[in-house]
Amino acid sequence: MKARHRRFIWIGAGVAVLGAASALVLNAFQSNLVFFFTPTQIAANEVPRNRAFRIGGLVEEKSLARESDGLTVRFVVTDTAASVPVVYKGILPDLFKEGKGVVAQGEIGSDGVFRASEVLAKHDENYMPPAAADAVNKARGTTAAAEKTTKTLQR
Amino acid sequence: MIPEIGNFALILALLLALVLGTLPIIGAARRIPAWIGLARPVSQGLFLFVVTAWGCLAYSFIVSDFSVLNVATNSNSQLPVYYRFAATWGSHEGSMMLWVFMLAIWTLAVSLKSRHLPDEMVARVLGVMGLVSFGFLLFLLLTSNPFDRLFPVPADGRDLNPLLQDPGMVAHPPMLYMGYVGFSVAFAFAIAALMGGRLDATWARWSRPWTTLAWSFLSIGIMIGSWWAYYTLGWGGWWFWDPVENASFMPWLVGTALLHSLAVTEKRGAFKNWTVLLAICAFSLSLIGTFLVRSGVLTSVHAFATDPRRGVFILGFLIVVIGGSLALYAVRAPKVGLGSRFDLMSRETMLLANNVLLLAATGSVLLGTLYPLFLDALNLGKISVGPPYFDAVFVPLMTPLVFLMGIGPLARWKQTTLPDLWHLLRWAFAISVVMALVVPFAAGEWKPLVSFGLLLAFWVVAATVVSIRERMRSVRSGFFAQIARQPRSYWGMVLAHLGIAVFVVGVTMVKGYETERDVKMSIGDTVSVGGYTFRFDGISQQRGPNYQAIRGAFTVTRKGAYVENLYPEKRQYNAGGMPMTNAAIDSGLLGDLYVSMGEPVDGGAWVIRVYSKPFITWLWGGFLMMAFGGFLALSDRRYRVGAQRDVALPRGSAAAR
Repeated sequence: MKARHRRFIWIGAGVAVLGAASALVLNAFQSNLVFFFTPTQIAANEVPRNRAFRIGGLVEEKSLARESDGLTVRFVVTDTAASVPVVYKGILPDLFKEGKGVVAQGEIGSDGVFRASEVLAKHDENYMPPAAADAVNKARGTTAAAEKTTKTLQR
Repeated sequence: MIPEIGNFALILALLLALVLGTLPIIGAARRIPAWIGLARPVSQGLFLFVVTAWGCLAYSFIVSDFSVLNVATNSNSQLPVYYRFAATWGSHEGSMMLWVFMLAIWTLAVSLKSRHLPDEMVARVLGVMGLVSFGFLLFLLLTSNPFDRLFPVPADGRDLNPLLQDPGMVAHPPMLYMGYVGFSVAFAFAIAALMGGRLDATWARWSRPWTTLAWSFLSIGIMIGSWWAYYTLGWGGWWFWDPVENASFMPWLVGTALLHSLAVTEKRGAFKNWTVLLAICAFSLSLIGTFLVRSGVLTSVHAFATDPRRGVFILGFLIVVIGGSLALYAVRAPKVGLGSRFDLMSRETMLLANNVLLLAATGSVLLGTLYPLFLDALNLGKISVGPPYFDAVFVPLMTPLVFLMGIGPLARWKQTTLPDLWHLLRWAFAISVVMALVVPFAAGEWKPLVSFGLLLAFWVVAATVVSIRERMRSVRSGFFAQIARQPRSYWGMVLAHLGIAVFVVGVTMVKGYETERDVKMSIGDTVSVGGYTFRFDGISQQRGPNYQAIRGAFTVTRKGAYVENLYPEKRQYNAGGMPMTNAAIDSGLLGDLYVSMGEPVDGGAWVIRVYSKPFITWLWGGFLMMAFGGFLALSDRRYRVGAQRDVALPRGSAAAR
């Protein structure tokens, strides 16, 4: 009888701990997922408001501008079909360049400007963030074009 | 010529690994002494060929033999010789070669340090390690041969990624792999025990020092990686919950659980099944980590050119190893039995709670790491799981763990009572609460989370002091004699637990009081951060061995008194033209000052990033203490004396005990 009681306590405690841990994990998980969208999806208004997400694509040539405070930068991210203006306050990663791939995280404002809280660094000059390459490829449609893009981008 | 020798040695090593992975295991099952006896010499032969192959690769890098594709893509003649050497493991091929090399070292170590073990056991353990070697050697030769030639031979190499040209590159990968691969020993012991059908306390005693050693190396490897990312990636964080970091952290978490569970199995004979499962899990997670990092599914500084064949091979290998060992476990484990009983309130229960919490933490990291990959693979969209998720999960899971860490060492095996524990620990508890409430005022501003973090740290320290006092009470002699009377394994545990406290202080203070500012500065401007004033004195041109740099000069003062000059750099590498930011950091016991240069803006001004990171060095200090705790425990005389005593016994009787 006593052994059985003990086992009940054991199992009960185990289930309670596991339940609490799962609840904690899943709750945190739900509220911290960051989705990825392409400029085309943003143009089609498929993105959430008041929630952070990521965008990816190419930094449009000659779109980079710096405001007078020296810290705020504006640039345009494009997947060649649609483009989104982005504003970011802070230091850009070393390998951020016009015409190269970029991924940014932030929220979209009611004025359609993406307010980036983070511009993701790349670790290698020739490396294209897959998410960014994907966005461009999707916009271009055919796979042949897609392969070509990746190659040109990597050059 | 040299690369061909290396290639040939690699092929011979593959054949030897196949021999090692089959004959001794069959010999142990069928009791063929000659085949059992093969295990040690073949292991040593395997080591010889692997070390030859690895040496040939290192030589090709040092002499800059650009006819080797691997050298041509990852090295450059302007590179200083120590980075040319480190470039040996700077590529996918090279790092897999390092993996195999480390595995050969561990196999050799087991073959040399196992004289006190029964021969069949050694045959099985080395056999399992031989099978793992075989898998990785096959992988190297089929998909990632480091000795592939390149024709025509280029005049110069493409250079090592500038981010990797750092002293961290020399130390971080070998240490990390030493730990990763070291879990293969615990794994091999577990599989060998399952094969032999005998899982008892002796099994735990044998595999415990190996696990401790691997765990200590892994701790150092992770610590160096964190430190390296902190000073080199230019944004001053120490842990990003990047999937690649998680890949190394998961084996560490399970390894920590395994260390504690092995203690229970050795001392009390309990948790036998569980310990075996943990050993399998720890190594499986090492393999999964290798897969994640090397197959190209993750994108980071660690991911190299992706080749789908590699991913498929490692995935297949993963399924064979994990699936095979879990199947063996499912067949054999039910026969093992549960071991001795214990009460609800006992040290066993505390350690079980430790294991459950660590595994829950591992599971949550695994979920956050793999879920985005699954979604992507199934074409359900691209998502990422960021640091907020991990922070939200980790703090609540680790809090009870750290709290239990104070109680566990004082709880008695088998049965203990709450009133006893309370009686022992009430003062420790009271003191840590009071200090946690008061100390944050000394830092300037009282914050609830800082107070909470410090409470955990003080609690661990206070409870550890109580534990030491209790231990010493049993010995009546002078203070130093008392210290010497306690086994080193005990002091190892104390050091590691205090390491956690130091680490918690570091995390708490950094999270609570760090200041980060990005500012536009012209020459002569000043900015104040964390009580320090930084003045931008000017810039100059510098020339490094293989790069050009613009160097900024800063003078740091505190209340008008001179503190330090800092010189951050913006570098441009000659070979690839890749730009890189080198932060200037003044590191100290009470915190770091951190300056890095952003971009030049109009009128000679620069965007400058200035950080103050109080107590950040404590993070890495804590990890180092944990690792040295492991080494200290390994120097315990019972591992030395025990080994000698076992040698004196006739073979076979060791297993009977």
